[in-house]
Amino acid sequence: MAQYAILIYDKELPGGVADMPQEILDGHMAVPEKIEKIGAKIVNAQATQPTSTATTIRKGGVITDGPFIESKEALAGFFVIEAENLDQAIAVGKCVPVMEGGIEVRPLIQE
Amino acid sequence: MTVARTAVQRAVADAHRREWAAVLATTVRVAGDLDLAEECVQEAYVAALDAWTRSGVPAKPGAWLTTAAKRNAFDALRRADVLRSKLHLLVESDVTETAIAPEAPAVHDDRLRLVFMCCHPALSLESQVALTLRLVCGVAVADIAKAFLAAETTVAARITRAKKKIAAARVPFQMPGPADLPERLDAVLTVIHLVFTTGHTAPSGGQLTRTDLVEFAIDLARMLNQLMPTEREVRGLLALLLVNHARRDTRTDSSGRLLLLEEQDRSLWDRAGIAEGHRLIVSALADGPPGRFTLQAAIAGLHATASTYAVTDWEQIVTLYDELIKVWPSPVVELNRAVAAAMVHGPAFALRLVEQLECDGRLNGYRYLPAIKADLLRRLGRTAEAVAFYRQALVLAENDAEREFLTGRIAACSAR
Repeated sequence: MAQYAILIYDKELPGGVADMPQEILDGHMAVPEKIEKIGAKIVNAQATQPTSTATTIRKGGVITDGPFIESKEALAGFFVIEAENLDQAIAVGKCVPVMEGGIEVRPLIQE
Repeated sequence: MTVARTAVQRAVADAHRREWAAVLATTVRVAGDLDLAEECVQEAYVAALDAWTRSGVPAKPGAWLTTAAKRNAFDALRRADVLRSKLHLLVESDVTETAIAPEAPAVHDDRLRLVFMCCHPALSLESQVALTLRLVCGVAVADIAKAFLAAETTVAARITRAKKKIAAARVPFQMPGPADLPERLDAVLTVIHLVFTTGHTAPSGGQLTRTDLVEFAIDLARMLNQLMPTEREVRGLLALLLVNHARRDTRTDSSGRLLLLEEQDRSLWDRAGIAEGHRLIVSALADGPPGRFTLQAAIAGLHATASTYAVTDWEQIVTLYDELIKVWPSPVVELNRAVAAAMVHGPAFALRLVEQLECDGRLNGYRYLPAIKADLLRRLGRTAEAVAFYRQALVLAENDAEREFLTGRIAACSAR
């Protein structure tokens, strides 16, 4: 088994989770069960506050308001999962619902 | 017993073409590392040259090479534990694979696993093509670079990056599950088709075909068809390649000028290739709803079996294009459909279709659009406009044969 980060990028809604369409919320609720069915394991799952709450420290120590990269789709949350291989990790990524963005699958460095 | 060196060289070259994929795929399983496996297989082929000269070409060259390559891998692994690095390749045993997908058809061939790994959608298309040629066909990096008009260092770096990703992200050396198979197979067929078209129409430079690439593509399609006999689209792709390749000798004249389908000497087409393609097309069509490769093969097959350009079954070709657009919506397919429609409904009708495509902008910069439009205008007697569009196509043309053809057309239209 290897660990992967499943990074969720999506458009930001003015009211955050409260504005999310019901089917996306339902989709998220169903994720853990789907991951188990795939045979992978959730190590950690986190949702982030909107980018308006982010603070960035630039090279040299300058503090700025907002995310490191401004873009239409922002990091909305992430999972750390344990999976057999990339195909299984991709299967996990596919079961995470997104509105307009996408999912990035990154293998983690392991000893 | 010593065997003539040239005969041995031929036997080794033959084994390289026929057996490389199987030898490498089996060695990968032992080595657990793509670079190491490649090295060991390369060494085995070099050793074969001497050993076979000394004691004769073995009855089963592939088995000899596999044994030698595997032994090289075992030796290397014993010599250095360093090789058992963190970047160890993920080789699944058959047991796990069947446990994961027990309902999967029993396709147990390491060559298939190798092909599906090389054509994994997590790799860029360029990397998929380069890896497939290097690992499955055993083509030297320098030759891949030459075929794709790229710098050797670029191709080498691309292959290294792809191998690193395969190891780090654990792209598995295994068949995709049944749910993913159609999509993954399509990716494999796309790579083979791209290898073929690159060889068939050299994108730039002097020569119109690069025979080696074409043959690698046909070999790959044959291997896949032998290993996956129930997949209709594999049959369709093989048929498409065979039928197109059958026209290889007539695509240019003796001076290298491009010949249109209607100008080609049909008596020179390779009948055996067309017949084999035709059998594959019929069997693929009989098995169920056709996919994009089978439909393209069926279109190419109708062209190849027509005795003249004029008596070609254009109506049937238009119908097949309609089906093709349904399974594979693409502006290029719509453009080709317009060419066939011109033969059924006349150039004025086809020109309207081409102009619609021109307006929607998806084919901006596609060299065949102005060329086809120019041809339709020429047939309608609107020569001044035709010249303008031939000129547009000339700017976009990428090889000498096509440039020469267009220049000829411009001269002919201007002379009127």
